Amino acid sequence: MPNCPEDLSGRSPVTPHESITLPWEATPECASSCCAPGEPSPCCGAQPSVEVDPPGYRRWHFVAGFLDTPVGRVPRIKNRLELPDRIGAALVRLGIRRGRYRVAPGLYAVGQPGPESPVLVTANYKLTFDALRKELPGLKAWVLVLNTRGVNVWCAAGKKTFGTAELVARIHAVHLDKVVTHRRVVVPQLGAPGVAAHEVKAACGFRVAFGPIRASDLPAFLAAGMKATPRMRLVRSNPWERLIVGLVEFANERKTMALLTLVLFLLAGVGLDVFSLARAWLGLWTGFSAYALGFAAGNLLTPLALPWLPGRSFARKGAEAGALAGLTALALGQPPLTTAGMWLGAMVAGSWYGMNFTGSSTFTSPSGVEKEMRRAIPFQVAGLILSVILWRRGIGGYLL
Amino acid sequence: MTGPRYIEGVATLRLNANACTGCGTCREVCPHGVFGHDPGKAVILDLDACMECGACALNCRETALSVTQGVGCARAIIHSWLTGEPASCDCGGGESSCC
Repeated sequence: MPNCPEDLSGRSPVTPHESITLPWEATPECASSCCAPGEPSPCCGAQPSVEVDPPGYRRWHFVAGFLDTPVGRVPRIKNRLELPDRIGAALVRLGIRRGRYRVAPGLYAVGQPGPESPVLVTANYKLTFDALRKELPGLKAWVLVLNTRGVNVWCAAGKKTFGTAELVARIHAVHLDKVVTHRRVVVPQLGAPGVAAHEVKAACGFRVAFGPIRASDLPAFLAAGMKATPRMRLVRSNPWERLIVGLVEFANERKTMALLTLVLFLLAGVGLDVFSLARAWLGLWTGFSAYALGFAAGNLLTPLALPWLPGRSFARKGAEAGALAGLTALALGQPPLTTAGMWLGAMVAGSWYGMNFTGSSTFTSPSGVEKEMRRAIPFQVAGLILSVILWRRGIGGYLL
Repeated sequence: MTGPRYIEGVATLRLNANACTGCGTCREVCPHGVFGHDPGKAVILDLDACMECGACALNCRETALSVTQGVGCARAIIHSWLTGEPASCDCGGGESSCC
């Protein structure tokens, strides 16, 4: 065990000074509640030596304990999400610590799996790992986590980090052939752009069964003898899921927003009278409002209303949402030119962000995206220039 | 079972029916129901639903399928236009990723 790095899966290094809570350190509640006769529990001091963490390591909260297997101790993971998982998920959806939201690759256990239990392959993005384990109550399974550098299965498959080579290497690294007697791994269907089933079989003897797209269909898939219904094989998104994935733009666009603030302030402030602070403020809030309306249109309204906005092109859908949201500018009491500039600006920003939402959607082809971009970008540029001219003339002290 | 529709007439997916042995893997891995099954052969039923993810071509052991695989992400394509690198989900943003 000491030489095998896989044994440390599920734990992260901490400084030696940090105190390690040992599972058998009985708290008063624990001592009184869990020592019922005939129910040995690790917190009662009955079997302490199994659960010691090596010095310098702290166990992840989602590890319930460890399972002894022919290849050493394997962390047993909880199949219910807890507060840290929910907080982590909320932050990561807003783009905070997103690139580092990972679990250690390797082998994990769900329930009390044995040599006949199925092996479920997943990515080491913790959001993905959590989405899988929360669907497994009552199941006995092995979970094989590939190193996708913290990226979800579908995106990682496109980049081949969730791929044939990594899967074969990970099967060897955890000595999967000594853990299970069967020779089959369940790979999520959305991993298929990276995993060639026939090549995995040739390289390590394990047959790939492509599992359902959604982890929530796994119990039914396993119960049916690893058979997916046609519905399980089709990717679909609902408005709520689309809205959630659009939120990350708030973090992605922080630099754009900071730069825009500066540009609007200067553009509005500078005029025939050299510089007017009052006009700079006016320009800043009107211009930024227009942008914010377009941002909301492209990143919130477009994802929500995606199937109902007319047209196929996302740039067009975004422009429609922007035109709608931009009507709010009418209520801000600005002169007609400023209002018109704001409305057009919201439409341009909506179109731009709508177009960028192609990357978060489940059905856009690169050929299609390129085609719509070549068509839309000239309109977006022209619209941007016109909206800036209208807005700038509207706020006075003509620069243009 | 018609799903969301995108821009038509652009998908680069091609099937060489002569090489196909009808194993059914393409139909299994496709997330958009592009393939149907003639007895013993795959057929492309709905080419315009193809998002060029590449799953079918990679998993076709007879190499009867070809497709220009890529990410349907405007930001990735802009990044690739600007840098000349292939479009990928990284957005060139170091630790952050757009998908």
